[in-house]
Amino acid sequence: MTSTIDPLAGLTDPVAGTAIDTLRFATAGSVDDGKSTLVGRLLHDSKSVLADQLEAVERYSQSRGQQAPDLALLTDGLRAEREQGITIDVAYRYFATPRRRFILADTPGHVQYTRNMVTGASTAELAIILVDARNGVVEQTRRHAAVAALLRVPHIVLAVNKMDLVGYEEKEFDRIVADFAGHADELGLPGFTPIPVSALVGDNVVDRSARMGWYAGPALLEHLETVPVGGDVTREPARFPVQYVIRHDEVRYYAGQLASGSLRVGDRVTVHPSGETSTITGLDVLGEDAAVAYAPQSLTVRLADQLDVSRGDMLTAGPDAPALRQDVSANVCHLADRPLRVGDRVLVRHTTRTVKAIVKDLGGAAELAANDLGHIRLRTAEPLALDDYAVSRRTGAFLLVDPEDGATLTAGMVELG
Amino acid sequence: MTSVSAERAYTLSHLDALESEGVHIFREVAGEFERPVILFSGGKDSIVMLHLALKAFAPAAVPFSLLHVDTGHNFPEVIEYRDRVVAEHGLRLHVASVQDYIDAGKLRERPDGTRNPLQTVPLTEKIQTERFDAVFGGGRRDEEKARAKERVFSLRDEFSQWDPRRQRPELWNLYNGRHAPGEHVRVFPLSNWTELDVWQYIAREKIELPQIYFAHQREVFQRNGMWLTAGDWGGPREDEKVEKRQVRYRTVGDMSCTGAVDSDAVTLTDVIAEIAASRLTERGATRADDKLSEAAMEDRKREGYF
Repeated sequence: MTSTIDPLAGLTDPVAGTAIDTLRFATAGSVDDGKSTLVGRLLHDSKSVLADQLEAVERYSQSRGQQAPDLALLTDGLRAEREQGITIDVAYRYFATPRRRFILADTPGHVQYTRNMVTGASTAELAIILVDARNGVVEQTRRHAAVAALLRVPHIVLAVNKMDLVGYEEKEFDRIVADFAGHADELGLPGFTPIPVSALVGDNVVDRSARMGWYAGPALLEHLETVPVGGDVTREPARFPVQYVIRHDEVRYYAGQLASGSLRVGDRVTVHPSGETSTITGLDVLGEDAAVAYAPQSLTVRLADQLDVSRGDMLTAGPDAPALRQDVSANVCHLADRPLRVGDRVLVRHTTRTVKAIVKDLGGAAELAANDLGHIRLRTAEPLALDDYAVSRRTGAFLLVDPEDGATLTAGMVELG
Repeated sequence: MTSVSAERAYTLSHLDALESEGVHIFREVAGEFERPVILFSGGKDSIVMLHLALKAFAPAAVPFSLLHVDTGHNFPEVIEYRDRVVAEHGLRLHVASVQDYIDAGKLRERPDGTRNPLQTVPLTEKIQTERFDAVFGGGRRDEEKARAKERVFSLRDEFSQWDPRRQRPELWNLYNGRHAPGEHVRVFPLSNWTELDVWQYIAREKIELPQIYFAHQREVFQRNGMWLTAGDWGGPREDEKVEKRQVRYRTVGDMSCTGAVDSDAVTLTDVIAEIAASRLTERGATRADDKLSEAAMEDRKREGYF
């Protein structure tokens, strides 16, 4: 695998389809599954680690008395992480091959850091769930699969690591894959791609391994390069949360980023929550007049009528209207150290809108602690224009925020039911 | 039906996706904060930030002012560029001057003459006196491994301190900018950009840069393996020999710790080809301040550096 980067990649016409796109993916693994080593190997073998970075790792590895450079040090960026030899926080890594650009959210695996995996998975189009071939599917693995299912990560890879320590045996691999498939079914995962690897040695990470002739599938990087990304914008509902109103020469330009679908000049749009309607007279995509705009472009919209539209409102078009709700049901992951309790007064941050709310129910539980996955019912002070999270990861997602100190408390995924 | 199938194949190129995300971040700040400011050094990252801000609010003006933390060791070409851009777009420029703090005895020159670490106090005090509540920085996560853990919206206390273990989780594209009086939020719209992305974007958008980013003849001397430009800041010493070389700068910072690299890259295309082929990160190649220790950047960030 070479990693010669075309210096002019990305300068070609994007609409012609020749420009490279980006895959955002996340990794999760239990302590000692070798996740950081896998990520280090991916970066190292795709030649994304530059000489001075490798030198720094070698220097530090030697100072700790290690023989070979510890590739985990490429991602464990905080002093506490290097000292404890574990990943604590989400680290974002960037690399590119001639076929694609990658943004990797490297997340810790331990249960006390479930919230970090939730964070990494929220923007990922693919999640790599790592298991140790000697241990197979463990409690942590099931939790990672549950998080990926909950966050609706479209593509899952089951990377069975440390194959070198089980003699590269096909039956060991098959046993783990079958075990995981059972859980995937229960969780409603859409499917997954199992790959046998050895991160330490490099088998099936960047290049296909000669030591596992029984495996006919792609190496991990090959799979990452070819998995399809992006949704079908023509089938998504058009959702445009207004971020900011630009006034210039008596004209109002509604600025925002299309959360899903597409908008055209001439489209009839509805403003939520007011319910007023108007027609799009102009679209401007960052300096270009456009007849049509697609998610996730940032743009401005002009309307035929003088309406009272401001930050927090949502413009929608097409037949599938969002649900206007003050009673909100959702799956949640609690993120903050302080617990969330029934009766708590919170702020709900949904798209560009922030409203007050009260926690009515926590799926029967009295409270949720940090890293708990659960279910919530909220009553909001004003209606929200909601989609089911299964339909839209943008307009179906929200955060709960502490009105006192502004802390981010809980991540929510709407269930319209 | 061809138009429909063309739409189905529609995905944003990586530059369009980054641009769209950057503009979204600028607009979020405009919608949620009272007194935002853009850190503007005249370096390429701050120039790209300003370009995104201009696009985000067009056809109206950028609703923020600029802040330059001036170490006093500036490249004249960069200061000239800064002043020209400010005038061209009718922007307001604030300057926090390290030299003023040294003259007033509030900061002491370091033995190595490097002023980068001295920027933190003037920056923090300027944020406090001007009551800025959001401060845009051009930091990118690919620059350095402590930065790889940074949020797009990064809450700072009244001392500007960053605590990596108390960062707010940041999910989807929902940025939480709530803060108490006296606190502020550092905002990094280029978080997901790499050095190569910045250059490709500059080329695509035909953004003008200070000339020191391109290969030119310059009198330099070697220190700690880097080519430094002679100047009032304290170089060269007697044992350091000045020579004329063809160089360019990959980053623009304090003259005392920003090194030039040997280069023939005269045009943007040359520069992009050179970066794509480089085996060193831009900080590794050009920044003495990051070589101080394994955790140099983490420590400076904790204390309120960019």
